Amino acid sequence: MLDLLTGFVAELRAAGIPVSLTEHLDAAEALRHVPMEDREAIKYTLGASLVKSSSHWRAYETAFEIYFSLRGPDYRIDDEPDSPGESGDDDRLKGAGDRRGQGRGGGTGAGEGMTPEELADLLYKALLSSNDAMVAAVARQAVTRYAGMEAGRPVGGTYYLYRTLRNLDLERVLDRLVDQARAATSSLNRRAPQDPEAPETTLTALEERLLRDEYQARIDQLRKEIEDEIRRRLVADRGSEALAKSLRKPLPEDIDVMHATREELVALRKSLQPLSRKLAVRLARKRRHGRKGPLDFRSTVRHSLSTGGVPVDPKFRYPRPSKPEIVVIADISGSVASFARFTLHLVHAISSQFSKVRSFVFIDGIDEVSRFFEGSDDPSEAVHRINTEADVIWVDGHSDYGHALTVFWERWGEEITPRSSVLLLGDARNNYHASQAWVVKELQGRARHVYWLNPEPRAYWNSGDSIVGEYAIHCDEVVECRTLRQLEQFVGELA
Amino acid sequence: MTGVVDPAGRLGSSDPIVSGFPVAGPPRFESIGAVRTGLAEVDYLADEGIAGVVFLADRLAKPVLVEGPAGTGKTELAKSVARLTGSRLIRLQCYEGLDESKALYEWNYKKQLLRIQADSGQAWEQLEEDIFAEEFLLARPLLEAIRSPEPVVLLVDEVDRVELETEALLLEILSEYQVSIPELGTVRATRIPLVFLTSNNTRELSEALKRRCLYLHIDYPQLDRERAIIETRVPGISQSLADQVARIVRSIRTLDLKKDPSVSETLDWARTLVVLGVEAIDAEQAKDTLHILLKYQSDIDRAAKELAGVEPPD
Repeated sequence: MLDLLTGFVAELRAAGIPVSLTEHLDAAEALRHVPMEDREAIKYTLGASLVKSSSHWRAYETAFEIYFSLRGPDYRIDDEPDSPGESGDDDRLKGAGDRRGQGRGGGTGAGEGMTPEELADLLYKALLSSNDAMVAAVARQAVTRYAGMEAGRPVGGTYYLYRTLRNLDLERVLDRLVDQARAATSSLNRRAPQDPEAPETTLTALEERLLRDEYQARIDQLRKEIEDEIRRRLVADRGSEALAKSLRKPLPEDIDVMHATREELVALRKSLQPLSRKLAVRLARKRRHGRKGPLDFRSTVRHSLSTGGVPVDPKFRYPRPSKPEIVVIADISGSVASFARFTLHLVHAISSQFSKVRSFVFIDGIDEVSRFFEGSDDPSEAVHRINTEADVIWVDGHSDYGHALTVFWERWGEEITPRSSVLLLGDARNNYHASQAWVVKELQGRARHVYWLNPEPRAYWNSGDSIVGEYAIHCDEVVECRTLRQLEQFVGELA
Repeated sequence: MTGVVDPAGRLGSSDPIVSGFPVAGPPRFESIGAVRTGLAEVDYLADEGIAGVVFLADRLAKPVLVEGPAGTGKTELAKSVARLTGSRLIRLQCYEGLDESKALYEWNYKKQLLRIQADSGQAWEQLEEDIFAEEFLLARPLLEAIRSPEPVVLLVDEVDRVELETEALLLEILSEYQVSIPELGTVRATRIPLVFLTSNNTRELSEALKRRCLYLHIDYPQLDRERAIIETRVPGISQSLADQVARIVRSIRTLDLKKDPSVSETLDWARTLVVLGVEAIDAEQAKDTLHILLKYQSDIDRAAKELAGVEPPD
């Protein structure tokens, strides 16, 4: 068990979760107090002692499921859809064994030779009755049938998951469930027309919405069940260590912003708030303690009077580091929109660390959006307003860096001073328009610094219609900025 | 495994004075299940995770750091554990500017002055020893929790509100269960209290603090648990109404709102509906009482529109 724990801790560290030695010891100690056969209890025990941040929980959970997965012959990938003794050592299902038996009996026979229609029917029934064990059984069936898993293939589970879900077509199942419920109510009403309390013959909008959410929740559960199932089989096939590597979930601060899924974006947004606050605290402290000012000659001489004119105690001037003025010019076209939003959010959240922050957004037209951030405490709301209110479309709504930069130069170029640092955000995919790189050159001449933040991996720069290279020669630095961590680091150095 | 209890806590020594570590005392709970049923008896419905962490906190003699959205019952957990174990609850509400003299202890200088004036004839050495005695010590919550002879649950509420520097005040008490007073020496806990720290996650807590605690994240409850909570906490509510309330709240939480309705707000809403004599909620009634559930006008508008069946714009 200790070996397993050590391996597990190593995996957590590899996934980026900081686990100290004390925490490791605590976990080992804690394990003495919980019954070994209770998997859930062990999960929470280890979680409580090893993981100290809720944003790390997802990564922890994945690692846990891999390391402490249920092992047994049933999870082997083979051609037989199901082995008869399947509910044997799966302790999560054990308790539900009876219900499950009923569920399966009620649906069709055992899994052998089930047609897709039968499976769909079973799925539909499982969702309708919200029978956990039955849902689990359906998940297993679906994976066996559709995922097409091959032993020894070094892939992550995503592909299998996609294949399974595509075949199940859950969207349509959801619609069917809701339709069914609607029909059931109206027929119920028809059967009892004498009841004066129920004049309406259909579901009210509220009820329908609640029903839909209910089914959605069950379908989400099914999805999770399928995911678990695939993972269990992969573990059985390839072992924990190998799989942990390929399934490792990135921490929110390591998610690639440009390719984040919707779920990941939610996690990102959640972690942005504490991140910006943390950054502000750190910067403020740096400002306070960081540097010592130059010698304050006058004060030193005055204090030396008490020691008979010998300057024993040299006095220094209070450090007064200048706060930079920030001008953010961000591309908010589809591909890089979320990246731009996060950067604007972060920069404005720590705007107290800068003397002034001005933001401009563009697609092919450009508009100033600083006004949205002024007088609003909540940067996320301002960011939301940018999406709806900023006037950024000039011709067709495809990125045109050249035109946007030219307009910027004409309208606001005068206001760039040697105190300003200019941040250009975007992937520089210009749709083959003219680059107008001279604007950046002019900007560099006027401003203190010009930085370009590119959310694309460095390898993709200057491929296709990306012309970041043309701008790069006029920038002080071009920074690859794919994750929150990189962004935080850059902004931290800027202030 | 469960039966083995080492009375001296994790240091494993049988003599607390030699080891310098306070006695953990007999375990308060038999098993995780016992915690869960016990908490249910005092009307706190814990899930597996919550019960497990409370159980471990007792066995390992470690503080628990509870995080989660506002109004999910973090403070309530500490109160319920206090009720369950029959302990006194000592609460330290944190705020910006909290310092040693308000959290740990303070010398009662007025009384000290009086003492000096009353005995002006005494030798100074004697007097000095005298005025830094227990008698002149004002115990603040942390010290009080440590010194209390009766069982105690210490709740450090909203620990994320104090400055990063002030957090260090807590470190000694959290890891060693002792308070060092320069003039007096070290005060050790007579019995290790159960300690809960709550945080709304408005800022990152220091690593040092986190390392000393068990971590518990309480999120919004699942549908079933929320329904059960409503049923226990709202007297006189019918099962169908509780079910409907729980489901509507779940639907509202899936919307992208400024602030999701918390459990306590859900309970307030359910109570209101009971008082109003509502048996089944329709969209109209929901709309009229939404202001109890949601605290921003924009959120209320949004939710009302959604519940009335208008498809989300997306």
